[in-house]
Amino acid sequence: MSILVDKNTRVICQGITGKVGKFHTKGCLAYGTKMVGGVTPGKAGEKVEGLQVFDTVAEAVAETGADASMIFVPPAFTADAILEAIDAGIKVVVAITEGVPVLDMARIYDRVRRSDSVLIGPNCPGVITPNECKIGIMPGYIHQPGKIGIMSRSGTLTYEAVFQTTALGLGQSTCVGLGGDPIVGTSFIDLLARFQADPKTEAILMIGEIGGTAEEEAACYVAGNVTKPVAAFIAGRTAPPGKRMGHAGAIISGGKGTAAEKLAALKAAGIEIAESPADLGQAIQRAIARKGKK
Amino acid sequence: MKIHEFQAKELLRSAGVPVPKSIVARTPEEAAAAFQELGGKLAVVKAQIHAGGRGKGTIKTNPQQRGVQLVKSADEAATVACNLLGNPLVTIQTGPAGQTVRQVLVEAGCEIARELYLGIVVDRQAASPVLMVSSEGGMDIEEVAAKTPERIFKEHFHPDHGLATFQARKLAAKLGLRGSASIRSAEKFMTALCRVFVNNDCSLTEVNPLVVTPQGELLALDAKMTFDDNALFRHPKLAELRDLAEEEPAEVRAGKAGLSYVKLDGNIGCLVNGAGLAMSTMDIIKLHGGNPANFLDVGGGANVDQVTEAFRILLSDKNVQAVLVNIFGGIMRCTTIAEAVVAAYKTVGFNVPLVVRLEGTEVDEGRKILASSGAAIISAEGLTDAAKKVVAAAKA
Repeated sequence: MSILVDKNTRVICQGITGKVGKFHTKGCLAYGTKMVGGVTPGKAGEKVEGLQVFDTVAEAVAETGADASMIFVPPAFTADAILEAIDAGIKVVVAITEGVPVLDMARIYDRVRRSDSVLIGPNCPGVITPNECKIGIMPGYIHQPGKIGIMSRSGTLTYEAVFQTTALGLGQSTCVGLGGDPIVGTSFIDLLARFQADPKTEAILMIGEIGGTAEEEAACYVAGNVTKPVAAFIAGRTAPPGKRMGHAGAIISGGKGTAAEKLAALKAAGIEIAESPADLGQAIQRAIARKGKK
Repeated sequence: MKIHEFQAKELLRSAGVPVPKSIVARTPEEAAAAFQELGGKLAVVKAQIHAGGRGKGTIKTNPQQRGVQLVKSADEAATVACNLLGNPLVTIQTGPAGQTVRQVLVEAGCEIARELYLGIVVDRQAASPVLMVSSEGGMDIEEVAAKTPERIFKEHFHPDHGLATFQARKLAAKLGLRGSASIRSAEKFMTALCRVFVNNDCSLTEVNPLVVTPQGELLALDAKMTFDDNALFRHPKLAELRDLAEEEPAEVRAGKAGLSYVKLDGNIGCLVNGAGLAMSTMDIIKLHGGNPANFLDVGGGANVDQVTEAFRILLSDKNVQAVLVNIFGGIMRCTTIAEAVVAAYKTVGFNVPLVVRLEGTEVDEGRKILASSGAAIISAEGLTDAAKKVVAAAKA
């Protein structure tokens, strides 16, 4: 078991004929992901990495039985591509694209949430269940099948978490990059519920950052609903207010979204805190040990 | 992207949102002429800088002069403009150095019965724009939110549908705006402002204070607008409103090179790939007793040119006494970054210690490139080691 994706997941790439789409389709194939096709309007009949290209997602689904999609289309067309995937019945939609206007996401958010599909991203590294399915841009080889569910708003910081949990022999059940934008399809809470229900996940590592209140909401949810050990790290303790720190969503605005507020909420919920980015692996070990004693 | 008050008011005016008459002036003479043109009785001269808190802010070299002042004659308008123009205005948002005033807005005075607050932002939790109003006009809304949240009223709206007029009436009632003239004015003002927010892809539209005249009309006495950088591609005219003079030069330079850089006041320069890792690198430096000089994310696909430019920007900060390069190679290989570091090291010319921590794809080969380059690079194993080494190097 795992969450969202496994060895049976059949994946298409929207934007497969673009340079980046092509590159990462190749990477996912090399990892062993069941890539089954791609979509670029007007390019039907072409082949990329031996995969058939279709004009529409609906046609790709009908021909290949795809149930997941990896989106690499430019920011201006991303919201539309997400809706197209959902309309075609794709169950897991992973939008990697960075730079989507926030109001585009506000426009489609309700439709996404009302659907039976799950949207991961945009502006995220993707999702991976080690040795089974990689949808996204993360370096596959640092992952190891195991028991930690990892969820994060950042890319390279997730790789740190993966690297450290692999080094400690804990491994990962599934790793999900939520995305660095103010509005993303899936929240920490959505994933906490899935990880809690997943028998393969023994503990959950959450990596947040400044901006918004997603971590505070997650802390509240953990206190009431999660029995598995949880550890967390918040990036941006030294970030100044009012400045966007790389990610569109990483900004302290109106005095809200500081690391201090988030850490206080996490601690209050009994979550183990990683004090430094070098402490991610050990923090989850401490969380597991602490639960074990109770 | 931020714009000036006078630019925001022009956008509001053209969208049918009532604002007082005003004229931009760049010299004292223009300010005097503007005063006459506005009726010659009463006007307000307002310093135009991007930072907030102008009304309480003062000119650095002339603390008697505030950033916003009421004037009653053309001579007075010219004097105030003269005091403001070309001088740095220090407010709670500018930092101690202040921000140089390059233009003033001369605005006709108006009769004020009440001052309200009105702001639109994207509510991340609700994934929707939200219009917020408060009877506490002119106040710092963050303070109102913290101390008396019950005095803030909110209505969410979908970008494609806009604010429904009944929502405007609900808010008007909460604000105590009664009588058909006031209610109609509120409907018009609020729905128009929400349209402005959506049509321009704003991340913030704020009117504080929003003035109610004795006749019950609503007027935007101040206006602040910030735009979603990710949406500027579809608003070429808005992009022209950008005022580079208001921005940190190093940040502008980094932006041109496709780098994400934020200047801070410490002495340890950081060069990192990925926003989350870049923030945590600053954090771990602080944790080990150092002070980061900047946030710098070179992104996932940085090339030699970008890394070289990144080093140039870091080293142009005179406070920098040591530099930490922290890379977790994913799609970007450590060999690529190592070659870029060596090339940049040779072309830029380092006068401060450089600590490099590499991890991830092709890490061993990357470390070999650094070691055999002959460059005086301090290698670090792991994040903690890197932070300790760079903090020590900066103190030495």
